[in-house]
Amino acid sequence: MPKIIVEVMPKADLLDPAGKAVNNALHRNGHNEIANVRIGKRIELHFDRAVTEADVAAAQKIGEEFLSNAVIEDVVSVTIEN
Amino acid sequence: MRIGVVTFPGTLDDRDAQRAVRLAGGEPVALWHADTNLHTVDAVVLPGGFSFGDYLRCGAIAAQAPVMESIIKAAAGGLPVLGICNGFQVLVESHLLPGGLIRNDVQTFVCRDQKLVVENVDTPWTNEFTLGQEITIPLKNGEGGYIADAETLKRLEGEGLVAFRYKDFNPNGSMNDIAGLRNERGNVVGLMPHPEHAVEAGFGPDTSVAMRSGVDGLKFFTSVLKSLVEA
Repeated sequence: MPKIIVEVMPKADLLDPAGKAVNNALHRNGHNEIANVRIGKRIELHFDRAVTEADVAAAQKIGEEFLSNAVIEDVVSVTIEN
Repeated sequence: MRIGVVTFPGTLDDRDAQRAVRLAGGEPVALWHADTNLHTVDAVVLPGGFSFGDYLRCGAIAAQAPVMESIIKAAAGGLPVLGICNGFQVLVESHLLPGGLIRNDVQTFVCRDQKLVVENVDTPWTNEFTLGQEITIPLKNGEGGYIADAETLKRLEGEGLVAFRYKDFNPNGSMNDIAGLRNERGNVVGLMPHPEHAVEAGFGPDTSVAMRSGVDGLKFFTSVLKSLVEA
């Protein structure tokens, strides 16, 4: 099924409590080689037909206006996956 | 005076907000998230809770609900709107107030009786307070850390748009100790703490006078009724 994948990450300078908790757990398990963990979102938009350039542009807009909040997050990628 | 209280799927404090309106002398009107009109209410309260399960971001999906389209339009025309906790998050996600709310810096849910300073009394929701008044109302949230970029913060402070500030203790890492905001016109006010939980002696925060006797929250609701009568 054709998909558009929108990836959203918390802004780099903001505390990511979920990432911090996972990082702490990894360090407890001895994975001290991992310096930091950050957790974002992967959102899949599924289509019943081929994805067009217009769909990608719409997904970019949806990503910036609804799937993310520009105050706290960035849309880091919008990609087609067939 | 008819004060609408919106219920989204996952709203918790709608009944408490309705009760607060009633205790203040108003007529509470239940509004549903799918309503496409506001049933001639004179003001609207967006109550606390976890609308739409806090999916995506707190308040983000509620901000897209049909009732919000009417509220955003009416707010532009001057309708008094109060957002409490999740309601504040909905206002921010609706761009009726600037900035954002993120997970508490302490990384835990915080529930306490919270001291606030009233920073602005030129709104329909705060006109019965005195400037600089200290009030205590309950606070209960997991994602109440207020953030905004430097330019927005400067504008909020410069234009006197901070309505409430945390006093003595900042429970969630909010920038500039911001607990609540107003918009430029003053009709839209949002805050994280819960005035509707401090409206009746016996059920409010403790005070120096007696246990659970705090009713500082009632003034939010008497303020709006007063402003509507005078309007």
